[in-house]
Amino acid sequence: MVENQNMIGTREVPIITLAQAGVSFGPVKALDGADLVIMPGECVGVVGHNGAGKSTLVNVINGRLSPTSGTVSYDGAPGVADFRNSHRARSSGVRSVFQELSLCPNLTVLENYRIPYRNMPKAGWRKNAASAVRASLDAVFPDNGIDPYSVVADLPIADRQMVEIAIAFSRRDIDARLVILDEPTSSLDGAIADQLLAYIKTFCANGGAIIFISHMMGEIFDVASRIVVMKDGRIIENDDASNFTRDGLVDAMGHVVPDTQDVANILEKREFGPEVLRMENGLNARKGEVVGLAGLAGHGQAEVLAQCFLERTSDWSASRAPAVVFVAGDRSRDGVMPLWSIMRNLSLQTLVEFSRTFLVDRKAERGIARTWHEKIGIKTDDLDNPILSLSGGNQQKVLFSRALASSAPIVIMDDPMRGVDVSTKKEVYRMIRSEAENGRTFLWYSTETDEILECDRVFVFRDGEIAAELKGEQITEENMLRASFEMQEAGQ
Amino acid sequence: MNREHLRILLPVLSLGILLAAVFYMQPRAMSYFGLNLLFNLAVPVALATIAQMMILMVNDIDLSIGSFVSFCACVTATFVQTDPVIGYGILFAAILVYAAMGAIIYARGLPAIVVTLGMSFFWSGMAVLVLPSPGGSAPDWLRALMTAKTPILPVAIIAPIVIAVVMHYFVKRSSLGVLLRGVGGNERAVARSGWSVTGLKAFAYGVAALFCVLSGMALVGLATSADANIALRYTLLSIAGVILGGGEFTGGRVSPIGAVIGALTLTLAASFLSFLHLSPDWQIGAQGAILIIVLAVRLVFTRREALV
Repeated sequence: MVENQNMIGTREVPIITLAQAGVSFGPVKALDGADLVIMPGECVGVVGHNGAGKSTLVNVINGRLSPTSGTVSYDGAPGVADFRNSHRARSSGVRSVFQELSLCPNLTVLENYRIPYRNMPKAGWRKNAASAVRASLDAVFPDNGIDPYSVVADLPIADRQMVEIAIAFSRRDIDARLVILDEPTSSLDGAIADQLLAYIKTFCANGGAIIFISHMMGEIFDVASRIVVMKDGRIIENDDASNFTRDGLVDAMGHVVPDTQDVANILEKREFGPEVLRMENGLNARKGEVVGLAGLAGHGQAEVLAQCFLERTSDWSASRAPAVVFVAGDRSRDGVMPLWSIMRNLSLQTLVEFSRTFLVDRKAERGIARTWHEKIGIKTDDLDNPILSLSGGNQQKVLFSRALASSAPIVIMDDPMRGVDVSTKKEVYRMIRSEAENGRTFLWYSTETDEILECDRVFVFRDGEIAAELKGEQITEENMLRASFEMQEAGQ
Repeated sequence: MNREHLRILLPVLSLGILLAAVFYMQPRAMSYFGLNLLFNLAVPVALATIAQMMILMVNDIDLSIGSFVSFCACVTATFVQTDPVIGYGILFAAILVYAAMGAIIYARGLPAIVVTLGMSFFWSGMAVLVLPSPGGSAPDWLRALMTAKTPILPVAIIAPIVIAVVMHYFVKRSSLGVLLRGVGGNERAVARSGWSVTGLKAFAYGVAALFCVLSGMALVGLATSADANIALRYTLLSIAGVILGGGEFTGGRVSPIGAVIGALTLTLAASFLSFLHLSPDWQIGAQGAILIIVLAVRLVFTRREALV
């Protein structure tokens, strides 16, 4: 940091300067007092665990989020915090490649070039666009063989990612000066990724700057001239890449001090029953076990859970003895019935199980709701109140009760504690523990380390596959980070 | 572009087969006069189909096209005929209302299907207010335009070709058309690049309204009078036309040429069934059957594509 500031006098103006920039959403600080200066010619690697604030940082830099405190300034202009930053970012040549693909699949490659190009000359634009995309594709990925006239939906996923990267580097009225690449190599194979890394080096040598976010340590060390480590919304390390080692980086990313009392609870030896679940990719679970699925968000955990659930349930009818139940994490999308009462939401899973006839057994329904109201402590006086009258944490408790009320031996949880307060979390942990002791098996995907530490066994996912299986005392944040981040050389 | 070509092949084939069948049964239809009779009612349908296509292109659907076209026809047969300034003023204001509706639908996140369904009652009501009982008359120039004796090809053939070519260049080739289709394909990507999606949607709705106005005028030019219910079935015809022409309900995948061909096919199907001496009671059902067959064939094609 300090040496960068010294350079301002001697080299060109920085492309972007963040001074104590912070973003808060209500009480949550997504980004907290970030100082960052990026000079032309630099390649800044950004690493951090889930929720460390990487995407918030990127969105502040490309102007999509306005900082709620501190300032952002482009090209040495005075820093202001208003809502026109995205325009400023664009005109100083900041471009982004997002992690999820942001091409229009119904358009051709050259038409997609048109979308980010604001002031494109209209005359003969197809020809110009085709040659610009062609030139950029050839520069970044030599011998790619992608036709600019082909429709994006027809291209394989790797080609789409190549197109998106090439469009970000393409020639327009304002040249690309700072390109933000968020996991750019996630769908590329080794050789193609190497081409990209080589291009990044030439781009920086010619005075461009790159922000490179990746979970592949090899790639970070290969291209980055400087590395920024983020954690809990703060920039905790910002130094030349040569001053880091791979292990040092992993150490820097996480050092949650474990709550000793909790850990002691978990580590007591427990006997598990026979294996009740095994999937093709090696995921398995025994009776009475709490199995965690860890790793960076979006590395295939949710898909595995969905597959596991769908394989074991019928599309056509509900069973009186279900094999699995599902606790949704995205409450509004696949959990809560927003217009229904608390009781109806709670009993949804078990309607068939507890009804002897075609009709709903009202009395049994109310009984279940009462039991769980007591047992899990849903904060309401009247179960007939609408579900939305509850706080987020209590809604989540209802969803937990919905699943736990069933007799299903396996409970699948898809990051269920998102946005839940700490006391609710503690209660739910206890509930999960006691249910597990009674012989239930839990599959628990979580993006939060302290939840994963509650598990008996942990599978760490990377790129849709299991990267490591951790047991007992091996379950530490460090081991998880190590497995989530690719430690090998780039391209291997 | 292979998939695009395949997409347009099916509507062309279905129109060709239907046309061949009609000519086989009634060889005299293969003349200037015969073609004009077969297709002249296809012109307003084609215009309404293009309007629906503009809406489907931005991932919405418009259930008010039929009543809006009826309203436009009523205004054309009354105000445009007697008081041109007021008449065109009303039509222009209606286009602005449409554009505003598009902006509100996006800005407030409302479901287009509900808003347009509600608006369809509004337009129907307005149409009845303008023209309480069937009547009115077509402006002379409009009548002359729709019944002009053009050399070689009749108006009924020239008009759809012109509509298809102009819209193909606008939607498929122009850089503005790319943005509009981009809204249907990936709204977020368009918004992220700094475009106003609200503005683009409003524009798409405005263009749709313009085509509805043209459709209503063309209808009056052919029918010489109007009625508040004159075009109610256009809502479903236009949706069917777009889909028949290779368009899809979501994802910004539309084809103006296909949509016009789809409209022609639907009109022709009705004539074909009359030639078969099928009782009118069965015609609507038979028209539906033709639609189902074509869509089933397309499904087979697209499944095959997905597997490749």
